[in-house]
Amino acid sequence: MSELSVNHLLGIKYINKKDIDLIFETADHFKEVINRPIKKVPSLRDITIANIFFENSTRTKLSFELAQKRLSADVISFSAAQSSVKKGETLIDTVNNILSMKVDMVVMRHSSPGAAHFLSQNVKASIVNAGDGAHEHPTQALLDSYSIREKLGDVGGKKVVIVGDVLHSRVALSNIYALQMQGAEVKVCGPKTLIPRHIESLGVTVEPDLRKALEWCDVANMLRVQNERMDVNFFPSTREYAQQYGLDKTLLDSLNKEIVIMHPGPINRGVEITSDVADSKQSVILNQVENGVAIRMAVIYLLASKIQ
Amino acid sequence: MSQKVLLTSKEVNIILHRLACQLVEKHLDFSDTILVGIQPRGTFLAERLKDMLVNEYQIPKIALGYLDITFFRDDFRRTNKPLEANKTQIDFIVENKKVVFIDDVLYTGRSIRSALTAIQSFGRPSEIELLVLIDRRFSRHLPIQPDYRGRQVDAINDEKVQVCWKEQDGEDAVYLINK
Repeated sequence: MSELSVNHLLGIKYINKKDIDLIFETADHFKEVINRPIKKVPSLRDITIANIFFENSTRTKLSFELAQKRLSADVISFSAAQSSVKKGETLIDTVNNILSMKVDMVVMRHSSPGAAHFLSQNVKASIVNAGDGAHEHPTQALLDSYSIREKLGDVGGKKVVIVGDVLHSRVALSNIYALQMQGAEVKVCGPKTLIPRHIESLGVTVEPDLRKALEWCDVANMLRVQNERMDVNFFPSTREYAQQYGLDKTLLDSLNKEIVIMHPGPINRGVEITSDVADSKQSVILNQVENGVAIRMAVIYLLASKIQ
Repeated sequence: MSQKVLLTSKEVNIILHRLACQLVEKHLDFSDTILVGIQPRGTFLAERLKDMLVNEYQIPKIALGYLDITFFRDDFRRTNKPLEANKTQIDFIVENKKVVFIDDVLYTGRSIRSALTAIQSFGRPSEIELLVLIDRRFSRHLPIQPDYRGRQVDAINDEKVQVCWKEQDGEDAVYLINK
C-alpha cells in the first residue's frame, strides 16, 4: 500500500486517481471491519481529532464521529452555536486554542469556501474538509463514487447526471472532479437559475430536460434543494420544481433501463424525489450512509499515518 | 547478500505432515476447531495444512479463516513503511471454539500479539494455539511461544528467514538470508 499524496483532504481537486484508489481499497477493509460483531480497531489510539462544525450537520458529523470512534481515536466535537465564535473569536484563534490541547487532526465544516485551505496553511494539524460553503465536500464525493463502484463494479465509463441545485452544492463540484478523475462522463440537469454559468468549463454538459438526462445516464445523483442558501427565489414554487425536476416512480418506471438513484441527504421527500423512489430497490441512499463511515475511516486512517 | 537453504521442498513436506499429525492428535475431528491463517504469509501454510488434513487424513470438514492484523499493529506511525492491509475472511463466530493461529515465521511475537487482539472482534475463543513453520529463537519481544513448530532456527537480527511457497514463489523452501 502506498501513501496519500497529500497531508490534508481539502478537496478532490487536490488529490489524484491513485489517492482515490488507495482510499477505496482501504475503505474495502474498513467496510469488512464495521460488519464484524465487534466493529472497532485500535489503530488510532494515540490520535486526538477535533470536529469543528460552524454549520449545521447531522449525518456528516455523526459519520465522522463514528468513523473516528471505530478507529479508537479520541474525539472532541464542537458546534459553533455553543462556542466563543459567537463572542467574536477568529477562526485561527479558535482552532489554535483547540490545537494547544494537543489535537492532531481537525475535521471542519464552514460556510466560507476555502476555509479548510486557509486553516491548513495557518495551523499545525492535519485538516479534513467536511464542507466549505458551496465549494467542496470531498468525503461525500468519495462515498458517492465508492457507492457507484460497489453497485456497478466500476466508475470508469459510467454516465452520471447530477440533478437539481448545482449552484449551491459543494457535493456537485466535488462529485464532478471525482467522477471525471475516474473516467466517468458527467451531465448536470436543473433549472437554469440553479446551474452555475460557465459550468461547461469543467467538462460537463448541461441538459435542461430531466427525462432526457435520465434516459442518458446510468446513475442519477439527486441533489437537495438548499433553501437555506437561497436569499432570492430561484424557481417560482416548490411544487413547480417538483413537477419539472422531481423524480417520481412513474417517471423512473417509464425509462428504458434501470438506473441507480443517489441522494446525499437530507431528502426533501416529494421535492427532489418521492418516497417510493427513495425507498425503491434502485436507490442506494442508505448504502451511501453506510459507505460514508468506511470512507471516512479510510481517509482518517491514511491521513493519520502521515502525522509525524 | 548471501543465502543458505534451511529447508528443502522435501523437508518442508515432511514437516507439514508432522504438523498435520500433531493437529489431528490434539483436535481429533476438528468439530470445535478453527484454523486461522495470519495474513499475508500465514495463509499459504494454513491452506496447505487444511488440504492435507482433508485429503490425506480424511477429516471431512475444516473451518479455515484468514485474519489481517494491520489495523491492530502496535507500530502504526512508528514505521517509515506504510502498513499494507490484506483481506480478513472469517465467516464464522469463534465464540467457545478452539482457534489455531497459523503463521510462517514467529519472530518478535508482535504480530501474534496483534492477532490475539484482532480475533476478539469475532468472539471469545475457548482457547488459542499457535502453529508456525519457523520459530526464530532468542528474538522475542513478548512472552509468546508456539504450540506447534516446524523447525527452530537461531538467526541473528540482521539475518532474515524467507519462507517460499510453490503457489506464490514457485518452490517450497526456507532460506536464511544474510543482508
